[in-house]
Order: sequence, then structure tokens, then C-alpha cells
Amino acid sequence: MTKAKFIINVLSFSLVIFCFAMVLNSANASPIETYQFKDDVTKVRFQALTKELRCPKCQNQNLADSNSPISVDLRRELYGLLQEGKADSEIVNFMVERYGEFVLYRPRVSSVTYILWFGPALLMFIGLIVVIMIVRRKSEPEEERALTTQQKEKLKHLLKDK
Amino acid sequence: MNKLIRFLPLVLVLALGVVLYRGLSLNPQDMPSALVGKAMPEFSLQTLNDPDRTVTKADLKGDIVLLNVWATWCPTCKYEHPYLVDIAKDPQLKLYGLNYKDERRGALQWLAKYEDPYVFSIYDDTGSLGLDLGVFGAPETFVIDHHGIIRKRYAGAIETRVWRSEFKPLIAQIIAERKEGK
Repeated sequence: MTKAKFIINVLSFSLVIFCFAMVLNSANASPIETYQFKDDVTKVRFQALTKELRCPKCQNQNLADSNSPISVDLRRELYGLLQEGKADSEIVNFMVERYGEFVLYRPRVSSVTYILWFGPALLMFIGLIVVIMIVRRKSEPEEERALTTQQKEKLKHLLKDK
Repeated sequence: MNKLIRFLPLVLVLALGVVLYRGLSLNPQDMPSALVGKAMPEFSLQTLNDPDRTVTKADLKGDIVLLNVWATWCPTCKYEHPYLVDIAKDPQLKLYGLNYKDERRGALQWLAKYEDPYVFSIYDDTGSLGLDLGVFGAPETFVIDHHGIIRKRYAGAIETRVWRSEFKPLIAQIIAERKEGK
């Protein structure tokens, strides 16, 4: 077998493996459920809420992402509540009453979450003050670095000699 | 002053290190239940043993009620089972089961094969009571006091060490409260 042939063989083999892996992956990529919504607005709300609500079992996934049995249940519950005509805030309260603030990917503003909401702005503000302080301090001695009249005279003198 | 400021980043990094290091030993599954301090939710479901018998909140009798969420699909439930059998022998407690998203036949076989520690098991095949209780897996165990208030939710297997550190003190506290007439 020539070297080129060998490389082609290896490449085509890896391609087959890769395709196979893709097929396997796509088979369990996303949860399969079909819900019939009463209107398009409800559908959009369902999609938005499943993205905002977190799966209690698999902590780094939202309800839309997760395949765990609890997420399937919660999606079904969410669908039921939406079809009943419940408002978004009522649904969120329903979930929080059962699973705690934890289920919200966007935590509510309260004394516990102040640091989450305002921490970054505070850090930004502190950073800004530090930058201003550094810039101000550096600009001051600039004038002192300029040559005095005496030094200029001396420089002229030295240059003339050459 | 200027010299001290030079060490500020070092201090900040060390503080961050301490915080993150502590995070390593925390259990992310250990979440406080939203229901602690609230009343046990209402329900009306069949018992596992008898499809004709419907039980409600009022049937969970006992001064200290333990409600154990279990299922045959849950390997950890099998692990904690012998401990539950032991716990059920304590006359101060009443242990009830919540058979969560399970099949009746298999669950009955399980109880026949191992031993039934429960006064009765609620049959919650759709997980509706589980949802109202904020259950997200099995096993989980709830402690309900003489006023019907949920005092604790423990997610994970009960074993001797957990029982001693997590449940015993609370049970003693509830008994003390009851004696004081609270």
C-alpha cells in the first residue's frame, strides 16, 4: 500500500466514524414533544418561559434544553398553565413556590440578590475611579520634565560645538 | 499608603481563592426547599396497595410524619431502604411513602421482596403531588410536624450518619416544642 493510499483510507474511515457519531448525537439532541397551542402568542410565551426557567435536577440547563423526567413534567405543567390562560407572573410564582428562587435564571431583585444585580455596576464604577486617579497622577509631572532655560542654553552650546 | 495599595490585588486574589476553595466542598444538590415552613400541600390520590382507597393530607396522621419519596427506578432508594426499615421502628415517628412516577406492579413487588416500612404509600404515578412538593428526584424525605408544617426536605439517601446529623436534632426539637405546647 502506498503512503497516499493509506492516508486516504484513514481519512475515509474517520469520516465514516464522524458521520456515525453525528447521527447518534442528533438522535437524542433535543426533547421531542408536540404541543398544540391555542395561538401563536402562547407558543412564543412557552418558548420564552422554558428558556427562563431552570431545570431543578440538571442545574446548568433550562427547561427547554433538558431531557430529564422532571423537565418533561414541568414543561407539561407549564403548557397546562398557559392553556388555562395564566399570566407569566402567575406561572413564575407557581414555580418559585414549589422549587424556590433557584428555578429562575433571571433572579428577582431583592435584598438577597442586590449583589448580583448591582455588583457589576459597582465594580465598573470602582474601576473607573481607579483609572481616573491613575491618569490624573501621571499628567501632573509632565511640565517638570520640560527643560529649564538654563538647560536649553547648555544644550544649544553643546550642539554648536559639534 | 502607596505601599499598602500595592498589596491590594494580592489580598483580593487570596480572598477570591478562599471563597472558591470553599465552593469546592459545597454540595450543589443541597438546596433549601421552598416549602420549608409552609403547610403540606393538599392532595387526593390512591394508595399504592389499594387503588380503591383515596388518601388526602388528613390521612397522614402522626405527630412527626416522615414522607419518603421513592421509586423502583431509583437505585439510591434501594440503598436507603434498610435504613428506612430501621427508622420505621421508632414509635415517635410515622413513616409514609410517596411512590413517585412508578408502576404499581413493580412497586408492590419491591415492597413484597424487601419489606414495607411505610404506614402506606401514596401512589403518584404522574408526579402531581411530587410537583407540588417541589420534588425533583428520588429519594427525598420530608419531615412534617404536628401542625402539618413541612420542617425539612432532605434530597438523597438516608443512612446512619445522615440520620444522626440531619434528622435526629430536628426530631428532638419538634418533640420539645410539642411538650411546651407550641
